[in-house]
Amino acid sequence: MLLLIGKRLLSAIPSVIGVLVVTFLLTRALPGDPAAYFAGPAATPQAIAEIRKSLGLDKSLPEQFVVYVKDLARGDLGNSIATGRPVLEEVRSRLPASLELTLLGLVVSVGIAVPLGVLAATRPGSWIDHSCRVITTAGVSLPAFFTGLLLIYVLYYLLGWAPAPLGRLDIFNSAPRDITGLYLVDSLLVGDLETFWAALKQLLLPAFTLAVFTLAPIARMTRASMLEVLSSDFIRTARASGLSPGKVVYAYAFRNAMLPVVTTLGMVFSFLLGANVLVEKVFSWPGIGTFAIEALIASDYAPIQGFVLTMALMYVLLNLAIDVLYIVIDPRVGFEA
Amino acid sequence: MSETWKHIRYVLTENPVTLFAFGLFGLLLICALFGPWLAPHDPLFTDAARALKPPSAQHWFGTDALGRDIFSRVLVATRLDLGIAFSAVILTFGIGAIAGIAAGYFGGWTDRVVGRIADTIMAFPLFVLAMGIVAALGNTVGNIVIATAIINMPLYARVARAEANIRRNAGFVEAARLSGNSEGRILFMHILPNILPILMVQCSLTMGYAILNAAGLSFIGLGIAPPTPEWGILVAEGAQYIISGEWWVALFPGLALMLAVFCFNLLGDGLRDMVDPRRRT
Amino acid sequence: MTSVPLLDVKDLSVEFRTRGGIVKALDRVDFSVEKGEMIAIVGESGSGKSVSAYTIMGILDPAGKATSGSAVFGGQDLLRAKESELRELRGREMSMIFQNPRVALNPIRRVGAQIADVLIEHGGVTRAEAPGRAIDMLKKVRIPDPERRAKAYPFELSGGMCQRIMIAIALACSPKLLIADEPTTGLDVTTQAVIMDLIAELGAAQGMSTVLITHDLGMAAEYCNRIVVMHAGHVVETAPTAELFNNPRHPYTARLIAATPRPTASLRGLASIPGSLPDLRATHIPPCRYSLRCERKTPDCDKPLPVHRQKDGALVACWNPL
Ligand SMILES: Nc1ncnc2c1ncn2[C@@H]1O[C@H](COP(=O)(O)OP(=O)(O)O)[C@@H](O)[C@H]1O
Ligand SMILES: [Mg+2]
Repeated sequence: MLLLIGKRLLSAIPSVIGVLVVTFLLTRALPGDPAAYFAGPAATPQAIAEIRKSLGLDKSLPEQFVVYVKDLARGDLGNSIATGRPVLEEVRSRLPASLELTLLGLVVSVGIAVPLGVLAATRPGSWIDHSCRVITTAGVSLPAFFTGLLLIYVLYYLLGWAPAPLGRLDIFNSAPRDITGLYLVDSLLVGDLETFWAALKQLLLPAFTLAVFTLAPIARMTRASMLEVLSSDFIRTARASGLSPGKVVYAYAFRNAMLPVVTTLGMVFSFLLGANVLVEKVFSWPGIGTFAIEALIASDYAPIQGFVLTMALMYVLLNLAIDVLYIVIDPRVGFEA
Repeated sequence: MSETWKHIRYVLTENPVTLFAFGLFGLLLICALFGPWLAPHDPLFTDAARALKPPSAQHWFGTDALGRDIFSRVLVATRLDLGIAFSAVILTFGIGAIAGIAAGYFGGWTDRVVGRIADTIMAFPLFVLAMGIVAALGNTVGNIVIATAIINMPLYARVARAEANIRRNAGFVEAARLSGNSEGRILFMHILPNILPILMVQCSLTMGYAILNAAGLSFIGLGIAPPTPEWGILVAEGAQYIISGEWWVALFPGLALMLAVFCFNLLGDGLRDMVDPRRRT
Repeated sequence: MTSVPLLDVKDLSVEFRTRGGIVKALDRVDFSVEKGEMIAIVGESGSGKSVSAYTIMGILDPAGKATSGSAVFGGQDLLRAKESELRELRGREMSMIFQNPRVALNPIRRVGAQIADVLIEHGGVTRAEAPGRAIDMLKKVRIPDPERRAKAYPFELSGGMCQRIMIAIALACSPKLLIADEPTTGLDVTTQAVIMDLIAELGAAQGMSTVLITHDLGMAAEYCNRIVVMHAGHVVETAPTAELFNNPRHPYTARLIAATPRPTASLRGLASIPGSLPDLRATHIPPCRYSLRCERKTPDCDKPLPVHRQKDGALVACWNPL
C-alpha cells in the first residue's frame, strides 16, 4: 500500500510541472511590457532596458523559466505593488481563511448530498427521489454569488438570524491565537468556545452557499452508485443471510457505493475552489480569493500569479489526498488485471 | 429517420420537463435576438430622480442606483451573455472535438500530446484558471470567450477521443479506407458525423457552465465593463444593496442567469435521453 | 412420506411488473422437500428456478409479487410472514448460495468478517467470539490456512475458495434448509465436483435438507434422490431420480434425457430441444407452456393443464404423457 501511495505521489509530478509551465506562460503573456510598467511612466528607454535586464526579461524563454522555478523554490513569488509586501507572505496569511471556508463547504456539501443520494436511491421514484433531482439540478444552476446574496437577504436582512456578511469574525470578537490559522480549530485548541461560535456563525452562510453549488455532483453520484450497488449480487447474499436492513444498507451497500463518490470529489474540489473566489467576494471574506480580486482590479499581476499557482498546487494536493484515501479504503486498488 | 423523429417525439411527450426546457430556450432566444427592440426603456438611460425604486407597473423589475430600468437591462443583457457562452462553446467544440477525434483516431503521440494538454488544464481549478487567463491576456470580452473555451476543452476532447477510439476500426471506417479515402477525409466525413450527436449533448451541458463561468468572471470585475448590461455585472451592482434591503437590483438579473443555466442543463439532460441509444425503450 | 415435509410449496405463482408488461414468471408451482433430503430443480435458463428460490427466501425483486399459493416451512407460511420474521429465518433456518461466488461476496470486506456478520446477527455469538468462530467455519469448509484466509478479500481468492466462503456463510448457523442456486456455475470442472461433494457431505452431516438448482441433469442425478423438472414457470414433472431416468413421463423430460444420454453428461446439448421458451409477457400464454415445442401435442393441450399425481409424490403435468 505504501508503494502504491508512493507511486501515486510520483504521478503528481507531471501535473505540478504542467502547472508551473502554465503559470509561467501566463506571466509572460501579461499585457504590455512589465519592464515599462515597473519603470513608471516617466522612464527613459534606457532605464526601461536597464530594468528589463534586471528582471531577466532579456533572456530566452527556457532560461527565464529556470529562473522562475528557482525563484519559486526560494519561495519568491514577487511583491504585491498594492501592499508592498511579498506575495508569499500575503498568500500565507490569507490562505487559512480560504481553506477553512472551502473545507467547511465540503463538509456541509457532503453532509447534505450523501444522505440525500442514499435516501433517493433506497426509495426510487418516491418524492424524496424527485426532490433530490430537482434540488441538484437547481443547485448547479444557481450561480454561487447569487445564492450567497439571496441567503444574506433572507437570513441577515429579513430574519436577522445570520451575522453581517463582513468577514471571519464580528467586531466584538478578536481572532484566536494563531496556531493553524483556522479559527474553528484554533479557538478549540485554546478552549475559547465563544470565539468558536462566533467564527462558526460567520462561516455557516458562505459554507452553505458553497455547498449548494457542489451538492449536485455528490448527490447524483451517490444515488447512481447506491442504486447500482443495491442491485448487485453481494447485497443479495447479505439479504439472503438475514442481515438487518441497517447492516445491509450501511455496512455493505453504503461503503461500496462511496468508492465512486470519493473519486468525484476531485471535480467537486474544482467547483469549490472556483466558487470560493466568488463567495469570498460576496461575504467580504479575507481569503486569497478576495486578495486576487483586489489585485485584478489594481492590475497588480504578481499576486494574481501567486494566487493561481497556490490554488493549482492546492488542487493538485487535494486530488492527491483523494487518491490516497481511495487507496486506503479500497483493498483492490493495484491488484486489478 | 422517421424512427428518430418518433423517438424525439416520445422523449418530449414522455418528459414534460424537457418540453419545458425547450420552451424556455425559445424564450431566451427571442430575448437574445430581439431584446433591444422589446425593451420598454433605454437600458443606459439614467435618471437620479427615480433611483432605487422597487418594482412597479412602469418598471417591472424596479430601477437601479442610477435610475436605470432593470427589466430593460436584464432583457438586453441576454444577447451578450448567451453570445459569450455560445461563442465559447463553438470555439471549444471546434478545438476540443478535433483534437479529441485526432487523438482517438490516430493514437500514438497525437494522443499523448492531446492527453497531456487536457490533463494540464484539468490540473487547475477551472474557474481559477479562467481568471488567470483573462488577467494575462487582457481584460476583454474576447478573452473571456477564450478562457471559457479553454477550460471546457478537456471535456470535449475526452468525449470525442473515447468515441473516435471505439469507431476507428468500425466496419464503415474500414470500408471508407479500403475505397481509398484519405485519413483526413475519413476523419471529417465519416467519424465526425457519427459522433456529432454525442458532442451536441455535451455542448448543451457545457452551455450552462459557460454562462455561469462568464457571469462569474464579470461578477468579479473581469471582462465586460459597466455600464454595459450583463447579468454578472448587474448582480454585482446589486450586491451592495442587498444588505440595505433593495433586493430587486440583484434578484432579477440573478434569476435570469439561473433560468438560463437551468434551461441548458435540463436541455442537455433531455438531449442525452434522445441521443443515448441505451435509454431508448 | 408420512411426515410433514420441511418445505412445502403449493400452487405458487409469481408475476413481475415490467415496462414491457406483466411477466408471469411462475405458474402454480408445486414441490416439497423432506427433512434431510437433497432434491434438484432442473430446467433450462429462464425456466423460473431462481425466482422460485428467491420467493421462498423472501428476497424477490420488489417488482415481483407472489400472486397465489403458499410455501410452508416448519409450519409457517413464508409468503405471508412479516419481513422481520423472514429475516429471523434467513441465514438461521434457511440459507442460500449463489452462482458466480466471486461477485456474490462483498468485495471490500474481509471474508472472515462476512462470516462473522452472520454469526453475530443470528448465532448469539459475541463480537469477541465471532472471528474465532468464523475461522472454525473456514476449517469446516476445508479452507487451508484458515487464520490467514479469514483476513483475505474476495478478490484475493479463487472462485472455488469464494464458493467455500459462501458455503461457510450459509452454514454458519446450521440451517435446516440450504438452497444452492447453480453453485458450480462459473467454476472450473474439477472444482465443481469438489464443491458439490462438500455441500453433500456437510448437508448429510448436519441432517440438512438441500435444494440443488441446476441446469445439469447429470449433476442432479448424481447427488439428489428426487428431481423437479421446470419449464417456463411450470413444474412439468417430479419423480425419484431413477424413476425419472428410466421412465420419463413428460415429453420435455424425455427430451432433456435424450439430450444427455449418460447420467454423467451435462445438459449443454439442450440446443437440440426445438423451439424456445414462450414469451412470458404475452397476454395469452397457452395452458401448457411446452405445447408450442411439443411433438406429442393433441387438441386437448389447449384445455387447462391436468396434473397427474402419484402416491409417492411424483407428478406430471401433461395431457399426453409418455
Ligand atoms: N427482476 C425481474 N424482472 C422481470 N422479470 C424477471 C425478473 N427476474 C426474473 N424474471 C423472469 O422470470 C423468468 C425466470 O427467471 P429465472 O428464475 O431467473 O430463471 P432460471 O431458471 O434461469 O433461474 C424469466 O423469464 C425472467 O425473464
Ligand atoms: Mg437462475
